[in-house]
Amino acid sequence: MDAIKTVDLTKRYKDVTAVDGLNLTVRRGELLSLLGVNGAGKTTTIKMLTGLTKPTSGDAFLNGKSILTQSAAVKAMIAVSPQETAVAPNLTVRENLELMARVHGFPKAEARDKAAELGGRFGLGEIADKRAGKLSGGWQRRLSIAMALISGPQILFLDEPTLGLDVLARSGLWELIRALKGNMTVILTTHYMEEAEALSDRVAILKSGRLLLAGAPAEIKRQAGTDKFDEAFVRIVKEGQT
Amino acid sequence: MKGLAFSKRNGLEVLRDPLNLLFGVGFPVALLLLLTAIQKNIPVAMFAIERLSPGIAVFGLSFMTLFSATLIAKDRGSSFLQRLYTTPLTAGDFILGYLLPLLPISIAQSAVCYAVAVLLGLEVTAHLVTSVLCTLPAALLFVSLGLLCGSIFTDKQVGGICGALLTNLTAWLSGIWFDLGLVGGAFQKIAYLLPFVHAVEMERAVLGGDYAGAFRHLWWVAGYAAAVTAVAVFAFLRQMKRQ
Repeated sequence: MDAIKTVDLTKRYKDVTAVDGLNLTVRRGELLSLLGVNGAGKTTTIKMLTGLTKPTSGDAFLNGKSILTQSAAVKAMIAVSPQETAVAPNLTVRENLELMARVHGFPKAEARDKAAELGGRFGLGEIADKRAGKLSGGWQRRLSIAMALISGPQILFLDEPTLGLDVLARSGLWELIRALKGNMTVILTTHYMEEAEALSDRVAILKSGRLLLAGAPAEIKRQAGTDKFDEAFVRIVKEGQT
Repeated sequence: MKGLAFSKRNGLEVLRDPLNLLFGVGFPVALLLLLTAIQKNIPVAMFAIERLSPGIAVFGLSFMTLFSATLIAKDRGSSFLQRLYTTPLTAGDFILGYLLPLLPISIAQSAVCYAVAVLLGLEVTAHLVTSVLCTLPAALLFVSLGLLCGSIFTDKQVGGICGALLTNLTAWLSGIWFDLGLVGGAFQKIAYLLPFVHAVEMERAVLGGDYAGAFRHLWWVAGYAAAVTAVAVFAFLRQMKRQ
């Protein structure tokens, strides 16, 4: 069964069409990267899939649930790690994790256990009592992803998870993201081509709100006639007509 | 339960900010100490502790607007709210989550003000407890103003509007520092059309045991609190939709 299926998903803002009749499927357990230059429609697509904005027309189904008519069921199965670090700065690492578990309806004791378990898995144990606002960018991002995972989502949206991080912090997050593959469906947006190539099962390239191509990184390179992924991306976007 | 967790977070965010404690408790207490010292040297009826302390208690509440608005505006600016919008929290959870935790904090702030006033010579009576509790309508008014401003402005704008403009408006138009009758005219009329002076006079009446006298001011404060809360809820829902 498909984890995500969009059907002619469209979003228009006055005279701008941000997403134009998107038809895309994502298989369960797959990690799909949404690629595109600025204004391609990646963030708008994620906003629609996560219920932050309503489509102008079309629909999308997450594990069979419509984003239009079953938004509560959709919200219960997803989690988002936004592009900007979204943590509560004056709460400790542990309290941030527990907060996310509690707003997803977990009782206090279970929230505490989950926070401890996930904190350990993400290497946050030693800084559990530190205020989130005092952490470095890399650790905040790590916490942000852990906060997204604490509810045990079936579908995880990672919006530019490594933006602005140094090489070491990025490599650490890559390992964490790789470990998620197969356990849940992950939708990732990134501007880093090497990140998309290294992590993705499949890649979907968007331009001006339209899907140009979707496929495994190797397939994308083959279709573009090059063995370099970033070059393939540029060629497809430059030639790009759906 | 979900909403309570969010409420608790908001309360902690406010209480753990040292600047909030400095302004919320330190500033009103410093004013009380300073004006009482002046009163000792140059006695002015206005600054007698039984008239001054209700005024400072209400003035202190104006900082709740700043705290509430800053918290909301920062959450909006940092994508934290956007993250929470994708969780099962409802619009009601968000609104109550921002409003409710600031109310006990407001009560605690008033209690500290009156406690310091007692140390400075305010007579201890049962009306003190009622006075603390009677700050609730004014507290709701100021906290709702925070919800409104936080839903509309950025955190930088909030600093200017709530931190400077509103606290000054409250100070000037509440009759704490000077008798509004001395200015008279349009200034006094405008002041009495706004809720701040009514909040102070209600507190003064309650502290003096004049409950009948307090009621005519209560309606002004409660009316404004209800109206501002309604507008704030509308503004918050609107920005929520826009996100």
